[in-house]
Amino acid sequence: MNGQVAVMEGAPANDLRALEAQVQQLQAQVDALRTQLPDNRLSMVVFSGDLDRVLAAFVIASGAAASGMEVSMFFTFWGLTALRQKRESRGKTLFQKLMGWMTPVGLRGLGVSKMNFGGVGAKMLRAMMRQQGVPQPEAMAQMARELGVRIVACQMSMDVMGIHKEELVDGVEVGGVATFLGDATRSKTTLFI
Amino acid sequence: MEIRYDVEVDARGLQCPMPIVNARKTFQTLQSGQTLRVLATDPGSVNDFKGWANMVADAELVAQETAEMDGKTVYVHYVRKK
Repeated sequence: MNGQVAVMEGAPANDLRALEAQVQQLQAQVDALRTQLPDNRLSMVVFSGDLDRVLAAFVIASGAAASGMEVSMFFTFWGLTALRQKRESRGKTLFQKLMGWMTPVGLRGLGVSKMNFGGVGAKMLRAMMRQQGVPQPEAMAQMARELGVRIVACQMSMDVMGIHKEELVDGVEVGGVATFLGDATRSKTTLFI
Repeated sequence: MEIRYDVEVDARGLQCPMPIVNARKTFQTLQSGQTLRVLATDPGSVNDFKGWANMVADAELVAQETAEMDGKTVYVHYVRKK
């Protein structure tokens, strides 16, 4: 077979070996590149604790998950307030207690980023959503979970703000920046909200 | 135009992202070659189903049409499972 090719192409045997080596090298490069290809994944940082922004995050997450994408949401800083389910003061510093008292507990307590007027704006937005048949933020978050969205709370912000894992809703993972980057680097789309 | 379909999802009155979320749930139960019909009143669903079919590897958008049902404009989407 080798001889035939050599005759047909008129290529000496050492040229053929060089070609084979080149093909092998290319194959190895293709294999290496293949491991770097992004997954069909969406990664989001949810930094904001505003109801409207968090709502947008959950709508995008649900839509992506419903379109067959893997979705990761990383909640950090004010975003963590959206994941809280109770207020706990034990084992916290004074500042952490203050922060805990002054920040909302869960989606129910979030205000809107504009025209909040002490929470009236958020109530109004919810009423308007109801009128239009848009699911409430809580239902949207529930749906995202049911669709398999990965929800990670940032450990560092939790430590700084003094939020304990028991204060967060069930089913939340805890991780650091590398957890986010690990998912983000193999994502097609990355958003900071 | 009469298009044959196997299963129907009624997403009338629902807003984004519910039409695609509900469509997804039912679409997953389809056999290869079956067609899903989705009824929606959300005008955005016309572009949404185009985008959705682009993202879902085994979905093919066969047709989209508008119809009048109970005095309302309904956007009808046909998606076939490859």
